[in-house]
Amino acid sequence: MIATLHAIFVKHRQQAGALLPILHDIQHALGFVPDDAVPLIAKELNLSRAEVHGVITYYHHFRQTSPGKHVVRVCCAEACQANGGEALAEHAAARLQHGDTTLEPVYCLGLCAIGPAIQIDETQLHARVTAEKFDALIGALGGRK
Amino acid sequence: MSISVYVPGDAAALALGAEDVAAAIEQTAASHKLDVNIVRNGSRGLFWLEPLVEVVTEQGRIAYGPVTLTDVAGLFDANFTAGGKHPLRLGNIEALPYLARQHRVTMRRVGVIDPRSPDAYQAHGGGRGLDVARSMKPAEIVRMITESGLRGRGGAAFPTGIKWKTVLDTAAQQKYIVCNADEGDSGTFSDRMLMEGDPHCLIEGMAIAGLAVGADKGYIYVRSEYPHAFAALNDAINLAGDWLGDFHIEVRQAAGAYVCGEETALLESLEGKRGIVRSKPPLPAISGLFGQPTVINNVITFASVPDILAQGAAFYRDLGVGRSRGTLPFQLAGNIKFGGLIEVPFGITLRELLYDYGGGSRSGRPLRAVQVGGPLGAYLPESQFDTVLDYEAFAAVGAVLGHGGIVAFDDTVDMAKQARYAMKFCALESCGKCTPCRIGSTRGVEVIDRIRAGQKEQIPLLRDLCDTLTYGSMCAMGGMTPYPVLSALNHFPEDFQ
Repeated sequence: MIATLHAIFVKHRQQAGALLPILHDIQHALGFVPDDAVPLIAKELNLSRAEVHGVITYYHHFRQTSPGKHVVRVCCAEACQANGGEALAEHAAARLQHGDTTLEPVYCLGLCAIGPAIQIDETQLHARVTAEKFDALIGALGGRK
Repeated sequence: MSISVYVPGDAAALALGAEDVAAAIEQTAASHKLDVNIVRNGSRGLFWLEPLVEVVTEQGRIAYGPVTLTDVAGLFDANFTAGGKHPLRLGNIEALPYLARQHRVTMRRVGVIDPRSPDAYQAHGGGRGLDVARSMKPAEIVRMITESGLRGRGGAAFPTGIKWKTVLDTAAQQKYIVCNADEGDSGTFSDRMLMEGDPHCLIEGMAIAGLAVGADKGYIYVRSEYPHAFAALNDAINLAGDWLGDFHIEVRQAAGAYVCGEETALLESLEGKRGIVRSKPPLPAISGLFGQPTVINNVITFASVPDILAQGAAFYRDLGVGRSRGTLPFQLAGNIKFGGLIEVPFGITLRELLYDYGGGSRSGRPLRAVQVGGPLGAYLPESQFDTVLDYEAFAAVGAVLGHGGIVAFDDTVDMAKQARYAMKFCALESCGKCTPCRIGSTRGVEVIDRIRAGQKEQIPLLRDLCDTLTYGSMCAMGGMTPYPVLSALNHFPEDFQ
């Protein structure tokens, strides 16, 4: 972890207000921002640990614990609600209750005319997701490992 | 000569399988020994037709859609690369009524060009605004923007020229241009479509703003939920080379806080802090990013600027009605049959958008409520569907246009539940700085729960609480949450019985 952090710090040394870009890079590399990283980030940016902790916990995007093998985010905002997003979110919660996939709510993916929408592992998007389609997508994830 | 086939790389098209379609077209073309050049354009914004594949022929760009993986073989059998007949053939894309009836200005290149090609951008009129701006004095650029009547497209509709003039008139060693691309409102996607489909246009608008106020550094703050837009912008900036001159742009990723769409919270976040709202004054135009004078505008505002410079203020000002000048890319979303992007001058009615363009609900049931302007916008009942889409007309009926997002609900919607969601969302996303928003939102959820459980005497309490939020909050987060809550209560009282 130390080497990873060091490389990230060096990359951002010339950047003003670099805390968010650094946290993004750490989460990208490690999947979350570990508690052990906090004092190192604080030292690098000449901030207090409390300030760094405050920023990590303020933003919904940053995680403090390791996520499951996959992260599934289901849109819970109004446009998806209008097309059954709530029922899909409930279905997803039941379907992913056990297992190694992290389920998170997300408030708008910008796919508001083709909801309900979900995002898998940050980059994969799916629209007009029914319960059946959801199960198929999750099933395919398991197969891929 | 190779045949050009357009398969959108826009996030919405990808969510409907465009990546697989593009790969299948490439493979099948190779096996048919056809020289096909696949261009990944943005989306035209006709989402019920995505993935929408277009082929360049002598008759123009012939569209096919919605194309799924299983359709690809059949399309080749029908000789679609020469515009051949097929059940999915839609004819010349530009002639489709949904597009032909629009008046696209800001979004006119989105879905048309390859967003990763500066040449395509220039061939379609891009770059001229910046050329013109380079021959003008800063004050002249600002005056032109003022005369165009352009107002902030993020939602607050503040006159852009006045904001720029304040920054121009404030002396400082360093000034900044910040683009608010934290498009968090549900029902909105025009920023995303522009960033993915025509990123150079945004960059050009920001560079012009830099010349107008004397800033050489710009930031684009993009929400983390938009990784494709983030990549498209970075590509565009890398490809721009020395076109931007001394103006440097850095793209920053947000981190999932809705309130960072509020300009001062956004600036805090860019500085690497918690996205907590600042007190105003001082205005960001005087003391903004890192304490320096800062122009902060929405994506669509900046993207409107190049054409105003290239074609003159009058060209833009002559569109629209009343004090709402120019066009707005409306976004039709939710339970709607033909959802998508509709850019028209201000002045058409909500009903025209919902039925003439939208074709009514997707579910086939009657439309009951429409939320305009995101999670902080009012719900409009059927009796208000004839309201004209302009900032003042909406304000007159106690609603807001905001960023132009329109979310339709059919008659299965429970408006008391939607009111509860509005309070819940505020509780979830409140930055916590001011008490009405931080505490009031949680109390609001509780009061609505009691009303829904049958305690009607709690309704005056809810109104009282909304009053406190409206007049006591520091920013629009708490200040506007009463819009959806009270409009639901006033227009749909039967749902609160």
